[in-house]
Amino acid sequence: MTDGISNVHMQVMWNRLISVVEEQALTLLRTAFSTSVREAGDLSAGVFDEQGHMIAQAVTGTPGHVNAMAEAVGHFIDEIGGDNIFEGDSYITNDPWKGTGHLHDFTFVNPSFRNGRLVGYFACTAHVVDVGGRGFGPDATEVYEEGIVIPIMKFAERGEVDQRLIKIIRGNVRESGQVIGDLYSLSSCNDTGHQRLMDMMDEFRLDDLNELRDFVFSNSLNATMEHLRDLPAGSYENEMTVDGYDAPVTMKLRLDVSDQGVLADFAGTSGLSRKGINVPLVYTTAYACYALKCALAPQIPNNHASLSPFKVTAPENCILNAKHPAPVAIRHVLGQFLPDVVLGALHKMLPDRVPAEGASALWIVQLGARPIENGQAAAGEAMRNSEILMFNSGGTGARPTLDGLSATAFPSGVHTMSAEVTEHVGPITIWRKELREGSGGAGARRGGLGQVIELSANPGHRIYINAMFDRCQNPARGRNGGHPGAAGSVELDDGSKLSSKGKQWIPDERRLVLKLPGGGGYGDPSQRDPALVAQDVEREYITPDQAKRDYAREN
Amino acid sequence: MSYNNLSVRVGADIGGTFTDVVLEHGSGQHSSKVLTNNSNPEQAIIDGLRKVTQIAGVGIEHIDQLIHGTTLATNALIERRGAATAFITSLGFRDVIEMRTEGRFEQYDLNLSLPPPLIAREHRYVVAGRIAASGRELVALDENELQRIATRIGERGYQSVAIGFIHAYVNAAHERRAREIIAAEVPGISISISSEVSPQMREFERFNTVCANAFIKPLMASYLQRLVDRFRDEGGVCPVFMMHSGGGLISVESAIEFPVRLLESGPAGGAIYAADFAAGYGLDKVLSYDMGGTTAKICMIEDRVPKTARSFEVARTYRFKKGSGMPVSIPVIEMVEIGAGGGSLGWVDEMNQIRVGPESAGAEPGPACYNRGGLNPAVTDADLLLGRLDPERFAGGDIRLETKNAETAMQRAIGDRLGMDIDIAAIGICEVVDENMANAARVHAVENGKELGDFTMIAYGGAAPLHASRLSEKLGIDELLIPPGAGVGSAIGFLRAPFGFEAIRGAFLRLSEFDAGWTNRLIDELDDEAQRFARTGSTELELLREIKAYMRYQGQGWEIMVTLPDREFKNGDEAEIRKRFEDEYIRLFGRALDGIDIEIMTWSVQVRSRLAEPRKVVPVGTETPRYSDERRRIYDAREQRFLDAAVFQRDDLQAGDLVSGPAVIIERETSTIVNNRFQAIRQSDGCLLLRLKGKTSD
Repeated sequence: MTDGISNVHMQVMWNRLISVVEEQALTLLRTAFSTSVREAGDLSAGVFDEQGHMIAQAVTGTPGHVNAMAEAVGHFIDEIGGDNIFEGDSYITNDPWKGTGHLHDFTFVNPSFRNGRLVGYFACTAHVVDVGGRGFGPDATEVYEEGIVIPIMKFAERGEVDQRLIKIIRGNVRESGQVIGDLYSLSSCNDTGHQRLMDMMDEFRLDDLNELRDFVFSNSLNATMEHLRDLPAGSYENEMTVDGYDAPVTMKLRLDVSDQGVLADFAGTSGLSRKGINVPLVYTTAYACYALKCALAPQIPNNHASLSPFKVTAPENCILNAKHPAPVAIRHVLGQFLPDVVLGALHKMLPDRVPAEGASALWIVQLGARPIENGQAAAGEAMRNSEILMFNSGGTGARPTLDGLSATAFPSGVHTMSAEVTEHVGPITIWRKELREGSGGAGARRGGLGQVIELSANPGHRIYINAMFDRCQNPARGRNGGHPGAAGSVELDDGSKLSSKGKQWIPDERRLVLKLPGGGGYGDPSQRDPALVAQDVEREYITPDQAKRDYAREN
Repeated sequence: MSYNNLSVRVGADIGGTFTDVVLEHGSGQHSSKVLTNNSNPEQAIIDGLRKVTQIAGVGIEHIDQLIHGTTLATNALIERRGAATAFITSLGFRDVIEMRTEGRFEQYDLNLSLPPPLIAREHRYVVAGRIAASGRELVALDENELQRIATRIGERGYQSVAIGFIHAYVNAAHERRAREIIAAEVPGISISISSEVSPQMREFERFNTVCANAFIKPLMASYLQRLVDRFRDEGGVCPVFMMHSGGGLISVESAIEFPVRLLESGPAGGAIYAADFAAGYGLDKVLSYDMGGTTAKICMIEDRVPKTARSFEVARTYRFKKGSGMPVSIPVIEMVEIGAGGGSLGWVDEMNQIRVGPESAGAEPGPACYNRGGLNPAVTDADLLLGRLDPERFAGGDIRLETKNAETAMQRAIGDRLGMDIDIAAIGICEVVDENMANAARVHAVENGKELGDFTMIAYGGAAPLHASRLSEKLGIDELLIPPGAGVGSAIGFLRAPFGFEAIRGAFLRLSEFDAGWTNRLIDELDDEAQRFARTGSTELELLREIKAYMRYQGQGWEIMVTLPDREFKNGDEAEIRKRFEDEYIRLFGRALDGIDIEIMTWSVQVRSRLAEPRKVVPVGTETPRYSDERRRIYDAREQRFLDAAVFQRDDLQAGDLVSGPAVIIERETSTIVNNRFQAIRQSDGCLLLRLKGKTSD
């Protein structure tokens, strides 16, 4: 009886712990300034044991931070030093190699004390508006150009915020009010987590988290291993080539699968780029593990134990294990392709379980708007400098039994922003944001459609784009006979092409036109249900010509 | 009208399973419960009316006021039963309602399906014409194209049309002109425009709202017309009013025009019902907790007024998950809904953890103990096994509960899998479902910057009294109220609702560019709109007014609601507005920020009639301890053991009677569990007040 009861109580406490970190994440989501946090949920939050092992992570958040943050806390404990950790402390870093892969992400860790004794840590990560340097984009050649780096250090000691640090940051970033605001939000959301944890420990009369942690870890590990036991052991390879900055990048993967775990090795992957598309290993690990978990053990919550059977390696200074001082600002582009690479290898092990390739990397539209000298705004509209950020998604790959999702983020967990709200942020007009007809790869299951975006500067202004788009030369491939999705394209409304990477001014009177890639198809298109083909034509997801060409449908 | 000089008021609530009618004649109250009639919903109301008037001894012609709320609009959206609807939108934005947020509401499901748009792509038409964020016309409306679309709409036989253009909340000219053109070409067709239905910024939410309105409008119009006709045929002469989502009353005519405002009107009635008790007991901070067969709903009520929001989500398709439904941006009483009811099923996941819901046994087959073929253990089965329900007296003895079935189901689904005794498995189900509800309440509180510890819980709905005292323990709440006859709470709530309406509009203002004239004009317009709806009850009404703004620091994505002073603004008032914003911000987040401009995104003017002074509940004088020889073993989760509990019949308790926990107080529909830490005092109005032992009344 007692065993049974205590088991029930452990379960309830585990649920509560997940709720505690969820409250922590929601506090951050609500108070953050950064567009990518507030509109899009680009954040993570979690609770850790005294050794820095993650016990629970908030459901709200994005995969790019999953193990990145999980590993970070260990670095913090090492750097700060055990006898330098005090109640009321708060630690900070945006070091890409110690945090989550680029300078724009700040990670905060706060120790959690109970009755004077350290019981664990709270950590959270969020993307801030600016870190100085060149601004968010791929064009730096070293991380030094990408902005200010704050090594792991104390943001606050015994409750006192280090005002010298605040001054330094304030002096080095654009929109400093918002950035500083975000730093305080990060620190205080950890406090919220701590408060909730104390309430929980009061209620359940706990002095420490050890017993609960052991319960969480053993249950998670057992459940994960159960999944791995059923897998056909062996090595499975895959490779995928994408556009890169100025030269194509090939990502090569070998998955070694056994009943002990999965090792993902990226040996053979292209070397570093001169520009900021390089990926620190923490971020490579995060997205590779995300894909493995999605396909193999999706129901098991993320924690130290459930992630431990998944290991990722890559040769030093290949593009997926970039070392300091490589530029890494837009590491998300290649990072978000990793699930395609991993799922492609898994397909060889588990046919008909995983989707075709998709657009995958977000099309993050970073615009700068500047008043034209002697220009004239329209009546009632102001002239001003603005930085505008929009997240947009192409199509996902078709699934074995389902079409791909149109204009939907995968693997990223973010949302788009409302066009109406964006037009209040900066002096632009969005003329078009709708599905891109005919862009889904043909197949028994059709790939998701990409989208088309058209925008221009308002009167009196000129805009530039920090382009960081991929899949313009290398579209998403289909699977099992499915066709590729449409490639992406960066153009002006007169049809002239722009580069898909780097800063470019949009000529006056012209509109920028972005055509986002579609997802790959799954299975032979001739196997597609004719009624669905007819519906796709009626809905203008595909053209009558495409129906004829790809699906052999007579009109 | 009226009878014996006492007014006769009737509330009628159509829910998924039952249609409740409550009649108040002077201080007397009578109710009836009949099965909902899905093909002729009005028939159930007429049946209920006949029944209840007969019991009360009044005629239908004596009724002074009929107030109605219904789940029909919500169900029509969930089941996608609506009119053939076309959507006309801005060129370049055909797919806003299909592309949604471009996000996935579940991160780890590779086979995720998103809810399809309410109006499929082939029924969405685009027209050139464009308004800028500032309200300026960028491109004139292409009237020739609209003419062609109008012809097409006539030919294709649509019954209803939704019109939603970009930035129409700030300049509605194009939408209005488009309506004229369509109406001229297709006379009599039902048309909804986004600038009237939901003039808020954010195109996905607004367009979806206008589409939802158009989609259910013909259906609801026909239903409401039939209801009024049948009521007249039966001799009813009084006006009929509708409960709206925001917790106020509007005329049937307004409801026909804006049926989307009827969504969730039943639960809104429940919250008003709880708010009325809050007023009667002088409680400023209340958490209402309604637990039925499939879901639990939680709402915060402060200063007698249920908390409202300006948008919500209906028809969630994926385990009640946020983001999996349709957003509707209208003012609404804000409820958190959890897949946790008496019928919610317990199961074991792959980590050998007990989970509860959201799958539910529903009314058929119901929990295993109903003996109607249910094989899986529901929360009700767990309650039975833990001694919380009396198998012989459930539902007044109408349903005999089979303990054996509950045991078998519990053993099979949980006990065998986890090697647990069925007692422990039942404890597990109850603790997990209580924890799920507590977590949802806590997250809701943190989103609103509230501490639940100072709240009083008001629990109603069939399963709530069974779980309320444990839930209170988990939330640190030490006082809870369980009203009598809560089975028809929503319908009673309708009778306590004010005439009222909240007009809300997106209009962007940087506080550094504050313009008093512009602000005053905007508020006057909103006031006109709100008054027009609220005064359908009577032009004589004395209306209370509240002006609110949804504000944020420039760059933030999450606005907070700030009450503005109600007066003619003058330039310079931005200092006070900033102060109010900062005060609220500090209250919520602990600190204000320097050097960042403040933006107002949305404005609201709410008017409502002054409510009758609440019937103050006379406090009971001396408390008389009561004892019972009837004993039952119940499990106390906090003590982590079974305790010997006294059993009482609720009807036997008199005002002032005090029952010390652990105890079970049985009534016809349910039982109230009094945990070991609580004592229950029967109040003069029949409520049970549960209070932590040792805590004195305030």
